Amino acid sequence: MFYREAGQFKASYRQDQQIFPIRQDRIAIALILAFFYLVVPYFASQYWLQGIMIPVLIFSLAAIGLNILTGYAGQLSLGSAAFMAVGAFAAYNFVLRVPGMPILVAFILAGLCAAAVGMVFGLPSLRIKGFYLAVATLAAQFFIVWALTKFPWFSNNSSSGVITAQKVEILGYAFESPEAKYLLTLAVVTVLALLAKNLVRSSIGRSWMAIRDMDVAAEVIGIRPMHTKLMAFAVSSFYCGVAGALYAYTYLGTVEPEGFNLDLSFRILFMVIIGGVGSIMGSFLGAAFIVLLPIFLNVSMHALGSWVPQGISSNLELIVFGGLIIFFLIVEPHGLARLWQIGKEKLRLWPFPH
Amino acid sequence: MKMKKSALIGFAVAAALGASAVQAADQYIGLPSYRVGPYAAGGTGIFGGMIDYFQLVNERDGGINGVKLTWEECETEYNNARGVECWERMKKGGPTGNTVFHPLSTGITYSVIEKAPADKIPVISLGYGRTDASDGRVFPYVFPLLTNYWSQNTAKIKFIGMKEGGMDKLKGKKIVNIYHDSAYGKETIPVLDAQAKMYGFTVKHVPVAHPGNEQQSQWLQVRQEKPDWVILRGWGVMNPTALKAAAKIGFPREKIVGVWWSGAEEDTIPAGAAAKGYISAGFNVSGTNYPVIKDIQKYVVAKGKTNMEDKSRIGSVYYNRGVVHGIITVEAIRKAQEKYGKGKSITGEQMRWGIENLNIDAAMLKKLGAEGFMPALKMSCANHEGSGLVKFQQWDGKQWKVITDWIESDQKLVRGMIEESAAKYAKEKNITPRDCSKES
Repeated sequence: MFYREAGQFKASYRQDQQIFPIRQDRIAIALILAFFYLVVPYFASQYWLQGIMIPVLIFSLAAIGLNILTGYAGQLSLGSAAFMAVGAFAAYNFVLRVPGMPILVAFILAGLCAAAVGMVFGLPSLRIKGFYLAVATLAAQFFIVWALTKFPWFSNNSSSGVITAQKVEILGYAFESPEAKYLLTLAVVTVLALLAKNLVRSSIGRSWMAIRDMDVAAEVIGIRPMHTKLMAFAVSSFYCGVAGALYAYTYLGTVEPEGFNLDLSFRILFMVIIGGVGSIMGSFLGAAFIVLLPIFLNVSMHALGSWVPQGISSNLELIVFGGLIIFFLIVEPHGLARLWQIGKEKLRLWPFPH
Repeated sequence: MKMKKSALIGFAVAAALGASAVQAADQYIGLPSYRVGPYAAGGTGIFGGMIDYFQLVNERDGGINGVKLTWEECETEYNNARGVECWERMKKGGPTGNTVFHPLSTGITYSVIEKAPADKIPVISLGYGRTDASDGRVFPYVFPLLTNYWSQNTAKIKFIGMKEGGMDKLKGKKIVNIYHDSAYGKETIPVLDAQAKMYGFTVKHVPVAHPGNEQQSQWLQVRQEKPDWVILRGWGVMNPTALKAAAKIGFPREKIVGVWWSGAEEDTIPAGAAAKGYISAGFNVSGTNYPVIKDIQKYVVAKGKTNMEDKSRIGSVYYNRGVVHGIITVEAIRKAQEKYGKGKSITGEQMRWGIENLNIDAAMLKKLGAEGFMPALKMSCANHEGSGLVKFQQWDGKQWKVITDWIESDQKLVRGMIEESAAKYAKEKNITPRDCSKES
């Protein structure tokens, strides 16, 4: 009744090409953004900001990165955590070694470093596809973590190979409180997510999708596979790199290469699969699902009280978590984003389905 | 007038009593435990022992000066991000917030090092974590207690020297350091290199990729090198694999010295006969033949209140290490209460003072029923390590046998390196080290 586009006419190309062509969508997005920018920092506790919101935002960014590569360009990758590591260590070294380096510039440079590394490891994609490519990106995962541990220069000769992020300061303002760190993370993620949304609607995004759907046909209609695939690797790694820099600077503060292991890569891949392959919105939903569900289960197991021994409840958590993943994938193989889509379509017809 | 005054005093006394009765409620400790995943064996044992000791203090003594201990667990799965979430979740728990944080993971320790001073909650990393945090002037809230990795490593070299018949005999010897390729594993490389220069032996570092269930090439390297000793710096599944691989190439296990994360029953039993003769370092011993463990059996286990699902693990290396964690936590709370009010819940900031002024000497160990169970400990503002003593134990095929007394580590060498490394950190982070002469 309320959610329908009847009466909204598009009189120009500009109107026709908006990200959100339906007025209700625009209002909803504005409200959501206002909620996260204005309401959350005032009312959320430190725990919610530091323990939940910031990691969800950072992993959403990493999931967007992987979604660009896997969901839009169709190149399976298992190296996302390693590209995050490149971003984290690059940002650290830029701030450390270049005096007066502004932190946001360091983040961008860190993303560019990750993009460069990503392009190198994307080269095999020109010859191999699918699972074989996944194995090639697995090499990136192991090689990068190994290199960061092996060469002490990356961690400024720290005896344990661990780096500690420097203070985050922009224009003399120190981002130290959880609220400030949250807003900084949110701002970076919003800008990059909007950019990604536009990118996938542009000619670049369309050529990615053409390559994904059938690369021979895409080549025939004039899309250069090398250019397109490497571009996808570069953009994807850029996003992962910035996510890694945020992970070090606004979330953990101290990171070790071992923290960016294959396990994390898999988690990001699961976020993409659960959230929805080929959807920016799905990246957010997937990240929230994978990050929040174990915490929610842990808290709710505690609420059951002491009659469940801790040893059993810890194992139960994993069982329920795995079970829910299977459940969601059976109910909707296209991920949470698809459920969202179906909900929206139903809402358009409501309350008169036919 | 007089009556009014005494009534007033009476009221004030009653109010004070009432207030103290409210405050004497409990002392909250948030435990970031891990009971699933590859390191669950360590997690269940150590957190089980710690919780059993807390339970013992509650059951036997009625708490610390009447303050009952309460605790809450938060599953971390040995994952840094989950550990940070647990830190944030538990820091406001109980009447006075979280008292102390035992990360029991080097990675999580690193992740919370900067949160500790900000939230004023001390971090105890007992026998792991960031070694240079032993310099309490730069790291006021971090306590790598008892013996850090560098100290332990010098004790290992001393032990090897003893076996060889004197430190001068180390000259020309060859040692291979097989380490878990992670922040934890790499930590001792600089100190080994420094000692190699000092005593004139050669050392070769051989990394094993996580998790370490494939070590053929590493031990092939050992066979080529023909070292006199092998130092094993493993964790989890890497340890039994290493022992089996050593047996395969015929390297004598009596010449392998492990770190304490390679020296539990969980590390040797899976290796079977291959583990016999293997030596490891330790800051606590195994066995149930100590009054403190006897008390736990009497007051906790017999009442069915133990945290352990498998009661046969009581008295194992990990379990007893958990008890050591418990003893230190409880004594630090007691110390803090002496200064800030007996029978009151203390805050994390007061707990920090308690740990920093902790002095567990031989007489106190005896009173606690932990003589020979753990080393004596004396903390100070500058020294956040406190002990530096190590015992060595050997696996006889069935159990760990202690083969040395407490061996002192080379504090002169270690302390210098710690201060140098901490100063570098302080410079990088713009921290002005505390002046310890001004601390009370």
